[in-house]
Amino acid sequence: MIKTEIAVIGGGPAGLCAAIEGTKAGAKVLVIDENSKPGGQLFKQIHKFFGSREHQAGVRGFQIGEKLLEQSRELEIEVWLNSEVCGLDSDKNLWVVRDKKESIKVIAERVIIATGAVENSIYFPGWDLPGVMGAGAAQTMININRVLPGKKVLMVGSGNVGVIVSYQLLQAGAEVVAVVDAAPKLGGYGVHTAKVCRAGVPFYTSHTILKAWGSECVEGAVIVRLDNSWNPVTGSEKFLDVDTICIATGLTPLSELAWMAGCKFEFIPELGGHVPLHDRFMETTVSGIYVAGDISGIEEASTAMDEGRIAGVNAAASLGYIDDDKRKKMTEKLWKRLNSLRCGPFGEKRKSSKDRLLTFRGEA
Amino acid sequence: MTDTLKTLGYPSLDELKSTPGYPGEDIQKKGPVAIIECIEEIPCNPCETSCPAGAIKVGDPITNLPRLIANKCRGCGRCVAACPGLAIYIKDYTYSAEKALITFPYEYFPLPQKGDRVIAVNRRGKPVCEGEIMEVKLLGSYNKTPLVSMAYPREFFEEVVSIKRLEGEG
Ligand SMILES: Cc1cc2nc3c(=O)[nH]c(=O)nc-3n(C[C@H](O)[C@H](O)[C@H](O)COP(=O)(O)OP(=O)(O)OC[C@H]3O[C@@H](n4cnc5c(N)ncnc54)[C@H](O)[C@@H]3O)c2cc1C
Ligand code: SF4
Ligand code: SF4
Repeated sequence: MIKTEIAVIGGGPAGLCAAIEGTKAGAKVLVIDENSKPGGQLFKQIHKFFGSREHQAGVRGFQIGEKLLEQSRELEIEVWLNSEVCGLDSDKNLWVVRDKKESIKVIAERVIIATGAVENSIYFPGWDLPGVMGAGAAQTMININRVLPGKKVLMVGSGNVGVIVSYQLLQAGAEVVAVVDAAPKLGGYGVHTAKVCRAGVPFYTSHTILKAWGSECVEGAVIVRLDNSWNPVTGSEKFLDVDTICIATGLTPLSELAWMAGCKFEFIPELGGHVPLHDRFMETTVSGIYVAGDISGIEEASTAMDEGRIAGVNAAASLGYIDDDKRKKMTEKLWKRLNSLRCGPFGEKRKSSKDRLLTFRGEA
Repeated sequence: MTDTLKTLGYPSLDELKSTPGYPGEDIQKKGPVAIIECIEEIPCNPCETSCPAGAIKVGDPITNLPRLIANKCRGCGRCVAACPGLAIYIKDYTYSAEKALITFPYEYFPLPQKGDRVIAVNRRGKPVCEGEIMEVKLLGSYNKTPLVSMAYPREFFEEVVSIKRLEGEG
């Protein structure tokens, strides 16, 4: 058994920022992550981030990750790697499995859940063939493991994940045969689609994948046009010669631990599904348990980092490390930054969903 | 008016011409100038903060479309490397009597070399004409985004935006 003041579950951008703020305030923080390296999704992001200077715009995702790791080392934050949190109760007892062999109980005074998200899958004949994979998985293969999943790729989904991974597949030397989206409009930022487009990749809106086939692995796919009621149009099938199919149809908050601990949830499709209710200080309905990052609604690394900071500041403050005045000032400053990211046609939807989430706690 | 950005993936000339980052024809033909193809309100402003001449304005809120103040632009290329959307390039109509010059961001291996004859492409990636690589530049401040300059026939001035990716190992 081990005791800590703040346990942070997940060492992605949200978790690391939470840990950094908590430690800076003076609290004893333990970060627990299942991977062999902290950083979460950041080390897969080889592209330059958007935002403003204070959000490190123009810096590549992995470089932001390196900076966070450096800061964590300087602050001597304790990080357990290869460690999975398998259980959490409302008294903030964690059950952790280290290196797949050792089971440890961690008793924490505060818990920050920053477990991120999982990729959604879709089902079609042949979806279980080797060669069909999440876009995030393909991104891990090319950018972390430097292995090309295939030579000819069909991307299903045109949100930012779909178009960014398409671009990175091109950079890694694959051919992207097509990007399809069931919606009548492309989802990702226009600047991303435009750069993939000028590399010669065709986009098909109102199209979906009908089936994939192959004996041992993917050998081809059929896409089909959808009518206004999203039904396949017979005769519009198109055969594509591909060996890899990437699915980029959204993410869902990885929220099991929050369910287990008894946090209340709300279903908000714009944020990726069931999201733990939380207040402006990122505290859930279970006292002392906080959330930050994709688990509290699918957004971006830049917002995940600021949410993490809010959770870290407030968890530390609730332990007496930051006085109330300072806590409020720090929180408000971070909220201002968050709101600057949550504006414009892409951000508005997220902001209004996030605001709705707060109204459930009577705090709009 | 044809809108193609959200259906085909690339901005049409109509869409571009209605935004404050895309300079008018007279300005484009006067000499080297930044051309900004960023037509959606996204939270982003490195173009503004990277420009030493104050020639790009985003302002507050950060989702404003970038506005080019063309008479301040010196065509230095810093914004081209800084833009995370790879949405800016520089074109010079006056490069020579027959040829225009484009400087664009290019993040693929292998990189073209000076003197290479390459295929220039339009916004859909379709081949348009032949071009000649005049320079490949990668400064530390570009943070790993090389800038490629290519001369190409003036008659395709507005259409050309990049080159066909080169084959081979990086
Ligand atoms: C292709 C792609 C492109 C993107 N591009 C951008 C971009 O340009 N700009 C931007 O701002 N954002 C971008 N994002 C989004 C960004 O990566 C995520 O929003 C961000 O990583 C979320 O941070 P997080 O800390 O909440 O989760 P994550 O980064 O996912 O980290 C969560 C961590 O928790 C660990 N974990 C989960 N469960 C457990 C458990 N039970 N026990 C122990 N550890 C656990 C996970 O392994 C992981 O390491 C992109 C995402 C993708 C997929
Ligand atoms: S080319 Fe140089 S001067 Fe012109 S807008 Fe870009 S950074 Fe500014
Ligand atoms: S930096 Fe590029 S993507 Fe960002 S606002 Fe400026 S032009 Fe648009």
